[in-house]
Amino acid sequence: MRAYWLIALLWIRAALSYPVSFWTMMVGGVLITFLDFVSIWLMFTHIDSYGGFSLREIGLLYGVTSIAFRIADMLVGSVEKIGQKVRSGDLDAMMTKPVPVLVQLCADRFELRRLGQIGQGVAVFAWAAPIVDWNPQRLGVLVMAIVSGVVIYFCVFVTFSTIQFWTTDASEFANAFTYGGNTIMQYPMTIFPREVVRSLTYLLPLTFVNWYPCLFLLGETDPFGAPGWFRFASPLAALVLVGITALVWRQGLRRYRSTGS
Amino acid sequence: MSLIEVKDLSREFTIRKRAGLLRRTSVVKRAVHDLTFEIDAGEMVGYIGPNGAGKSTTIKMLTGILVPSGGSAQVAGLEPSRRRRELARRIGVVFGQRTSLWWDLPLRDSFELLRRIYRIPDKTFRRNLEDHVAMLDLGDLLDTPVRQLSLGQRMRGDIAAALLHDPEILYLDEPTIGLDVVSKGRLREFLRALNHERRTTLMLTTHDLGDIEALCDRVIVIDDGTAVFDGPLPSLRTGGGASRTLVVDLVDEAAPIAVEGAEVVKVEGPRQWLAFPAGSSAAPLVSQVAAGYDVADLSIHEPDIEDVIRNLYGG
Ligand SMILES: Nc1ncnc2c1ncn2[C@@H]1O[C@H](COP(=O)(O)OP(=O)(O)OP(=O)(O)O)[C@@H](O)[C@H]1O
Ligand SMILES: [Mg+2]
Repeated sequence: MRAYWLIALLWIRAALSYPVSFWTMMVGGVLITFLDFVSIWLMFTHIDSYGGFSLREIGLLYGVTSIAFRIADMLVGSVEKIGQKVRSGDLDAMMTKPVPVLVQLCADRFELRRLGQIGQGVAVFAWAAPIVDWNPQRLGVLVMAIVSGVVIYFCVFVTFSTIQFWTTDASEFANAFTYGGNTIMQYPMTIFPREVVRSLTYLLPLTFVNWYPCLFLLGETDPFGAPGWFRFASPLAALVLVGITALVWRQGLRRYRSTGS
Repeated sequence: MSLIEVKDLSREFTIRKRAGLLRRTSVVKRAVHDLTFEIDAGEMVGYIGPNGAGKSTTIKMLTGILVPSGGSAQVAGLEPSRRRRELARRIGVVFGQRTSLWWDLPLRDSFELLRRIYRIPDKTFRRNLEDHVAMLDLGDLLDTPVRQLSLGQRMRGDIAAALLHDPEILYLDEPTIGLDVVSKGRLREFLRALNHERRTTLMLTTHDLGDIEALCDRVIVIDDGTAVFDGPLPSLRTGGGASRTLVVDLVDEAAPIAVEGAEVVKVEGPRQWLAFPAGSSAAPLVSQVAAGYDVADLSIHEPDIEDVIRNLYGG
């Protein structure tokens, strides 16, 4: 952890030494992600509800998944680019340092400007929040969901990036599950077939990031009839995923073959 | 117990190849096999061999980057692939082809970061920085981002970085690649001093035999994944089946000289070249020639180490 912040701070300092480019990138990031929500908003000029959910309710789903996803995205740093790091030999260098490789990869090129994208998620959430009848229990579930959500997305990033140890150009494949996953989760699950929702619960447990916890926040039960306790099970899903990710990552490192030159 | 112990070490790579449109076949490449050697603390060992012999693969196994597929390696009492991070504190590694510095940061920041990552005590850090910066002539370059350094400058930076935490062992994989004659000389001097003053154990791979002659008391030659010679440099000359050459300048042109224990390999006017085994003495030969012929001048040529090694690789 200490090493993580040491390396990350260095990149933050490096980024801030070019303030103009830092701020344009930051604002650019906000604008692009902002347009992302605008497209959903435009859809609602024609309809009043989508999959049984109002715009604000979708905003809630959107906000929670975006916050978790963008934080995870900021924390994984160069993990997505393992393939590139293998080819450039940077990974060899990381392996001869007394800090876990994963920590070094995560802190590498830490991008503070991603705070802008997180901010956009927070803004959408704040706009949607008044529809929830807040009480301490609901606040607790929200915090739990966001923390678990960060962990879940982080694990998905790492697990699918590990594939790049074997085929160094599989980064597109990983993106489909991470960025693609986040996009799917911005919508209510009711618009998808039952099989998709099942997969997103038991195979790639992204529904635990926002879907089940938000059902609780909105005081609803799952239209697909999932057990009620699923609404509080986000930490459990995160924990299982951490275990799997640790195994996959360790295997990846042991199978690592470096480059021939 | 030796500092580095390698026993029957092997590493294979499975290489998948396209065979036709969809079919794939895989072949197993034995990059290193049945490699055995020991290196004691304070040694300077040259690790040489032709391209693709398995030098880098060996070093990657000794640092824990690659997991061996067979045999065992112990470095400073640790099994590298299992205790990689622990080992990292005790070794330094420099890969000549690439840098382990942070590309966009000035050298000074890279060093500072390493200080914190390795938790190097202030005193050690300052002493090492002062010593190495002075000896490697890095003083003016500390504030330059690594990407702006020339190859030779970067290499010096990399070496200084690898030594900040006082490693017991320094692995150098082609440290002189691309350096000019002056830089090479400086670097060799630096490494020699490091070994003398701090007893740092050095293992270096190189294609420049000048490095070996200047630095290493011992060479290990690897070919096709396995060691074909391991011993002191002088005995590489004698043991490698190489020969010394006696060059005889006769007063007049003559038929090839016939003496026992040597054979004429070349004649050029009055000058003749006689080859004799590197292990034997030149004295009896010289007296035989002097007794039988009118000699104007004589000289003895030691075998060229490159020829010796070419012999080893070929055989
Ligand atoms: N990651 C890898 N994947 C597949 N094959 C590899 C890999 N690394 C090395 N090899 C193969 O193993 C053999 C030994 O390679 P290695 O890099 O150890 O050679 P080397 O002695 O360092 O050569 P050079 O002098 O060219 O640096 C080569 O045939 C190489 O093609
Ligand atoms: Mg090599």
